[in-house]
Amino acid sequence: MSLFRSHGLFLPFIKRFPDIKICRVKRRSQGCMTTYTVIRHRWMKNSCWSISPVREFSSNVSEKESLDMSKFPVERIRNFSIIAHIDHGKSTLADRLLEITGAIAKTASNKQVLDKLQVERERGITVKAQTASLFYQHEGQTYLLNLIDTPGHVDFSYEVSRSISACQGVLLIVDANQGIQAQTVANFYLAFEAQLTIIPVINKIDLKNADPERVEKQIEKVFDIPKEECIRISAKLGTNVDQVLQEVVRRIPPPTAKVEGPFKALVFDSNFDHYRGVVANIALFGGRVSRGDKIVSAHLGKSYEVNELGLLRPDEHPAETLYAGQVGYVIAGMKEVKEAQIGDTLYLQKQPVEPLPGFKPAKAMVFAGMYPMDQSEYTALRSAVEKLTLNDSSVTVQRDSSLALGAGWRLGFLGLLHMEVFNQRLEQEYNASVIVTAPTVPYKAVLASAKLIKEHGEEVITIINPAQFPDKSQVVEYLEPMVMGTIIAPDDFTGKIMTLCQSRRAVHKNMFYIDDHRVMIKYIFPLNEIVVDFYDQLKSMSSGYASFDYEDAGYEAADLIKMDFLLNGRPVEELATIVHKDKAYSAGKAICERLKESIPRQMFEIAVQAAIGSKIIARETIKAYRKNVLAKCYGGDITRKMKLLKKQAEGKKKLRRIGNIDVPKDAFINVLKRK
Amino acid sequence: MPRRTLLTQQHALQCLGTALGSVLSRSVATKHSWPPHADEASLYIHWPYCLKRCSYCNFNKYIPRNQNHAVMTECLQKETQTLLQLSQVSRISSVFFGGGTPSLAQPSTIAAVLETVSKHAHLSDEAEVTLEVNPTPAGKASLKDFTLAGVNRFSVGIQSLNDDHLRVLGRDHDSQHALWTVSEARTLCPGRVSVDVMFALPGQSVKAWESELDKLLPVCDDHVSLYQLTLERGTQLFKQVDSGELSVPGEDVTAVMYNSARGVLEKAGFCQYEVSNFAKNNAVSEHNIGYWKGRQYIGVGPGAHGRFVLRAVGGVQREARTQTLEPDVWIREVQRHGHGTRRRIQLDHRGLLEEVLVMGLRMNEGIAQQHWELFSPEDDLQQIFGMSEKVQEFQAGGLLILNDRGLRCSWEGLALLDSILPTMLLELEMFFKKQYTSRKTDIQRDR
Repeated sequence: MSLFRSHGLFLPFIKRFPDIKICRVKRRSQGCMTTYTVIRHRWMKNSCWSISPVREFSSNVSEKESLDMSKFPVERIRNFSIIAHIDHGKSTLADRLLEITGAIAKTASNKQVLDKLQVERERGITVKAQTASLFYQHEGQTYLLNLIDTPGHVDFSYEVSRSISACQGVLLIVDANQGIQAQTVANFYLAFEAQLTIIPVINKIDLKNADPERVEKQIEKVFDIPKEECIRISAKLGTNVDQVLQEVVRRIPPPTAKVEGPFKALVFDSNFDHYRGVVANIALFGGRVSRGDKIVSAHLGKSYEVNELGLLRPDEHPAETLYAGQVGYVIAGMKEVKEAQIGDTLYLQKQPVEPLPGFKPAKAMVFAGMYPMDQSEYTALRSAVEKLTLNDSSVTVQRDSSLALGAGWRLGFLGLLHMEVFNQRLEQEYNASVIVTAPTVPYKAVLASAKLIKEHGEEVITIINPAQFPDKSQVVEYLEPMVMGTIIAPDDFTGKIMTLCQSRRAVHKNMFYIDDHRVMIKYIFPLNEIVVDFYDQLKSMSSGYASFDYEDAGYEAADLIKMDFLLNGRPVEELATIVHKDKAYSAGKAICERLKESIPRQMFEIAVQAAIGSKIIARETIKAYRKNVLAKCYGGDITRKMKLLKKQAEGKKKLRRIGNIDVPKDAFINVLKRK
Repeated sequence: MPRRTLLTQQHALQCLGTALGSVLSRSVATKHSWPPHADEASLYIHWPYCLKRCSYCNFNKYIPRNQNHAVMTECLQKETQTLLQLSQVSRISSVFFGGGTPSLAQPSTIAAVLETVSKHAHLSDEAEVTLEVNPTPAGKASLKDFTLAGVNRFSVGIQSLNDDHLRVLGRDHDSQHALWTVSEARTLCPGRVSVDVMFALPGQSVKAWESELDKLLPVCDDHVSLYQLTLERGTQLFKQVDSGELSVPGEDVTAVMYNSARGVLEKAGFCQYEVSNFAKNNAVSEHNIGYWKGRQYIGVGPGAHGRFVLRAVGGVQREARTQTLEPDVWIREVQRHGHGTRRRIQLDHRGLLEEVLVMGLRMNEGIAQQHWELFSPEDDLQQIFGMSEKVQEFQAGGLLILNDRGLRCSWEGLALLDSILPTMLLELEMFFKKQYTSRKTDIQRDR
């Protein structure tokens, strides 16, 4: 997320990067007839992916001949990504491209072939970048087109930036009906900052309400790309999809790698396979690598022997050798995902090279506690979390424990969608039922005295857990993370949206009409204000028309306070939260009310209070329970009564006791969990 | 009447909260013999049939199309005989005919069953023999015949004296029938008539409830059972409340109702001797006290429950027995095997103590130290509950009283018994667990 920051949005980019325009012009002049041939390959019937423990990994290895990759010199290689706002048709286009080039058979059932996770298919999003190498006939030559799929949401921009680091160009897909949306903008900047060739593709022109002309104008206005460069397609019907491939060949430059130099490859992704260990996705920036070669990881300095390598089409097709400019996979006896650090450089043992710059590590923006529903499931959940983080190294994991919820973790995510997707994957792929607490953001505190600074080893400390929130007397100021939010919506909703944003302590930055009716509004938000329900509210108030995206905007000073919750005067540690002073009263009241609803009446009156320091700011009372139901015990049937009482006794064991109050776990879950 | 005098003395003591259990205990268990009172039992006879389904009732009852009284009588006799022989008790302390609507049974059936009892065990003339009565005109008419058959106590299910409420409850009587029946029963068994009344009825206000009590007091005898209407899943009333057609008073209102009833009854000379039961002139129900004191009882009839030792087959531990629910199936089983026991569960030491605890705390006098000792000669109440922080909390909260004399609920605690009991059961469990571990270490040390 740190790739594109803080630049003014609507500067004429061409002036900043004059080479882009020149390149495009040159490539356009190359245009002439193209043909393609379909190279059929057996598409795996079993489309399960590396998560599945029963993967038939060797089926294609034995049945297919090894590919001779020397046929593809750098000049005939194109590496590209598709980027788009959610639901604008990225995966459908990918399916068509795969079909056209024969990577997969043309059937009606090809839907989101690259989106292999259940969560991806259900949500229509891409979470995990995939790679597919396509063979494409153009002007009598066979080209190797490497399609590196990217996640569509800015939460996953770490994945996006990894993907595009292996690319020279992108297809920027925009829905012909919806036009530019917030994520279109965010994704555009990622590609733009990486100085990639951008080919705008207007999709869904078959729709009744499609207005490609309007969208072309938006693209010209917002991205400063001449509208003549847009390709109008219908990925669903296959209209003009072929032209997209032609333009990929024409407009996107080949990689600049040299096959004569020493082998040098960037690890841009990795997967973990239970049978074969780490499968690293690599982009060759120079030289060649073959089966049996001794290679070294620049990061760890460890050496490995290449057992298998090849192309992903999108299933694995082994090859003898991969050459400069190509993208593929390598299996080299790495046992742990840590060994294939994303951003690492691989080189031949006998030919050390200067490592590639790599990636900035992903920065967690949203934190949430995650606990097993039942402590007996802790071990199983731990192994599920470990496995899932193997394939998603952007999740930070910290062990944590809560008096109410037991042992668990505090996980850091790149954003909200990232968190939801992680949670959903845990449930779907590992069948784990988890309690996820309401998300929090990392606050900072600037320490006041030299002594404290020495104690903590730094002047500015980051606070993830409210329990570590330092007292005001110890700090110069508190800081909270800010984001630049982009909202694109029809202008009928402008008033409502502005009211909503203001209620979230947002500061208006600018507003811009992207066409006659649609407006793009920018606000600086405290991240904390949007992590819980902002997006849902925005969607519902705009009848679903508004799109929203955000990017990191650093930290700003804020009036933060720690709020405690007390039950009969005793603080409940796990409920402490950090809030902005202006929101303290409403937040305190809301949580007290939720507690009142979820703690059953007991034999004693319970005072539920929210407190800042020693000052009580909200209170609810749970009245004492005065009488049980006096049911008749018929005919000596005490068995039923005993059964009921013993069940209640068993249930009591699971309650958390605070003072003399029994608090069911559900109460904490109700208060802590995301709504 | 010598019997009356005895009962009076006995109940005076009970109401004072003394350790009656030990005073009257007939067979004190020593360490390696039968559980307490193995030589005697009370007897519960279940009559499963009703004329009509009440809207609130989910109990085991059947509306028969045609009823063969002779077969039913024969089977009740047969099962009584079998179970008495299995238990080898020499004495039956009380008999209770419940239902269903046992007042629909023929008096001759009652007589026949009592005769069978007398044939196989000693049934004193003074023993309490209760019959539940529905206050219908027909029921009223046969009361005299029932007394001739051996019944000496009536429990009249008047439920309410408000005709609107009776209709909602689906009862087949009105308030006038109720008054007549109570009056007739009192003439036949003076001082030995109980009435069942319900509160928290749909639409009932505290005021309406209090005025109903005012109406009840002058007409009732010396015993009142007070129940809160419980909405049981699957009943018509449950559906009506669930759908919003009817509404029942909330928690706070029913608490006021219960406590105001307790106040009114006590003012009128009634002593609350159990969570739901009130007696004047010590007319307590001997049969029910048997349940609460953890004494043996034999259950006969479809769906009846029992708790007794099977001495005839060398049993040592008490068994929890349940008879087959459906009358027709039960009849076949009794005809074939002599009894229709469907389920038998051995009660181990802890299981028995749990029941003694749960039932004992229902009584106003609670569990006397000597009473507990009958069942738990090794671990007294102080040892088990004295150190518990939660029990101390209950005590501090004025809900529970634990002292040298025993363990009992306070006036406030009685209303909250069901909330107290799960904690008490947990404490008992923890005590046994601790003991088990310490015994294990002792054994290891001895080695």
